Amino acid sequence: MNESTKILTRDLNLHYGEKHALRHIDLEIQRNHVTALIGPSGCGKSTFLRCLNRMNDLIESAKVTGTVEVDGTNIYAKDIDPVLLRRKVGMIFQKSNPFPKSIFENVAYGPRVHGIKDKKRLEEIVEKSLRGAALWEEVKDDLAKSGLALSGGQQQRLCIARAIAVDPEVLLMDEPASALDPIATAKIEELIWQLKESFTIVIVTHSMHQASRVSDTTAFFYMGEMVEVGPTQKIFTSPAQKRTEDYITGRFG
Amino acid sequence: MKKRIRLGEFLIEKGIATVAFGSLGAIVLIFLFVFREAVPIFTMDARALSGGHESISSSGTTDSAKATGESESYGDPVGESESYGDPEPVGAAESYGEPEIVGAAESYGDSTAADSSAKDTSIATSGGMLGKPPPPSESTVSEEGGSILSQILSGNWQPVGDHPKFGILPLLAGSLKVALIAILIAAPVGIFAALFTSTFAPRWAKEAMKPIIEIMAGFPSVVIGFFALTILASLVQTVFGLDYRLNALVGGIAMSMAVIPLIYTISEDALSAVPKHFTEGSLALGAPLWETNLRVVLPAAIPGIFAGVLLGLGRAIGETMIVLMATGNAALLSPSFVEPVRTVSASIGAEMAEVVFGDPHYVMLFVLGSILFCISFALNAVAEIFIRQRLMAKFGGAS
Repeated sequence: MNESTKILTRDLNLHYGEKHALRHIDLEIQRNHVTALIGPSGCGKSTFLRCLNRMNDLIESAKVTGTVEVDGTNIYAKDIDPVLLRRKVGMIFQKSNPFPKSIFENVAYGPRVHGIKDKKRLEEIVEKSLRGAALWEEVKDDLAKSGLALSGGQQQRLCIARAIAVDPEVLLMDEPASALDPIATAKIEELIWQLKESFTIVIVTHSMHQASRVSDTTAFFYMGEMVEVGPTQKIFTSPAQKRTEDYITGRFG
Repeated sequence: MKKRIRLGEFLIEKGIATVAFGSLGAIVLIFLFVFREAVPIFTMDARALSGGHESISSSGTTDSAKATGESESYGDPVGESESYGDPEPVGAAESYGEPEIVGAAESYGDSTAADSSAKDTSIATSGGMLGKPPPPSESTVSEEGGSILSQILSGNWQPVGDHPKFGILPLLAGSLKVALIAILIAAPVGIFAALFTSTFAPRWAKEAMKPIIEIMAGFPSVVIGFFALTILASLVQTVFGLDYRLNALVGGIAMSMAVIPLIYTISEDALSAVPKHFTEGSLALGAPLWETNLRVVLPAAIPGIFAGVLLGLGRAIGETMIVLMATGNAALLSPSFVEPVRTVSASIGAEMAEVVFGDPHYVMLFVLGSILFCISFALNAVAEIFIRQRLMAKFGGAS
């Protein structure tokens, strides 16, 4: 493991009850890179993503073995507080999920939870985060409006603004553009490209075009296994594995 | 592709529609009946209300016999409260006995022949003047309550006797006191129990608690009333060191037992309906679970919870058996929460069976029923408006 490694998983296994959902995943995720996880539905890529900030803890039947190291610390060690971990490893969901609060309150929620009470400071954070999510220009005049009154694409960017407001180091994105139209998708992809400067991004996507457009590294998952990982360019032009090639060329999945 | 007549479907459809409209119609008819019986209050004049029994009793001996029977039975609560095993029978007897004795003394004073004849003339005059009696008789009028409105809004509810008084204020105050105590206890308990089972609780706890509390919702209220009467009342009296065993506080606590399941069930549904992705979104921001539940899940469920609390309030005001058994049933108008009270619903429940048809007392009970109906109607309307306009606007499309 070298300086540029942000997240490292070693022999990561996950069982949902009897079902072996993730098998022996060893993956290295680079700092300030966009890593795309692709694969057919049910292959375990979203499950893997949720292992990285312990969101699977919420599912009672899920059992995790193996290690996930973030900055060299095993996040499944007994003395790790998942709440603190999630401040460092943020997440954006497939379905945009703004809280039923105003735009301002949505973005200010995280900082508030983390103990920032000063109104002025909160305003600064909100503006900075909304700018960071390329939403500021569109909503700056009605921050008091409900977050749910925004369009789908705006809602998703609001969720990104909310996630970056707590200043995480890693952003996990679970198919962030799957419910959006092409224009909104393009905006999100452009945003991901910008966010790469300051965050390490792991993105799950169904769209291979999206993976090829936004990511530096691509990992192909199939049936709970990670089949292949490599630079995006290489995966999409000359994959080493037959299964990867079949999937990318659309022969299954 | 010609239209065919499907007789079976047609009949079933019409049958269902008939049943639906029939039930709606039945409900409307009940309300119409209650209001119709209450209507004479507007045509009746004050004197008929206050001195009604005298004119009736003079007209027929059977009626007067009935009236005496009634006043006797109204005096009964004293004996009853003793038979419930009151540890301080002296205090109770005093509290119930006092208004009775006073009322009796008044009625003796009134029953002289000269007085009643004077009254008859004044009835005639006030009837003619439509509630504007001439100045000379004003002193008598003010004694007896003046206009019908001030009669009703006076502080004495002594519906039986030679000189009945129909001031509904003590009853309204009693209902409000009991309902307020019940809601103040039931709302936090019900809401937090719902929050616990819908979010924090492990599955086994949820599966155990939810059905148990929901079964509580089906408890016959007479059982709760009996429990309050025999056990809760003594307990509250010793804990708080109260003078009266049965009082608004005991009634309110007992009532909260009936209201908690209602608020719990509705709040639980509302909280469970909050999409899981709100919880996930908040947790992913590094918020602890309790903060997530208090700051995201609970506010998102507020419209439903609010509806539950209003429904609970409606139940608390309308519920009869518990208050009838546990509040002491003395129509006192006082700010104290530890004195006996008589509620609107308990008055109807206790007095309706013994009242003479068409008598002012009968009309007044229907007026009380109409008031109860209006209160529950207003509560529902407020809930609708509040949820539709305020909360929906605030939370955008969330429902």
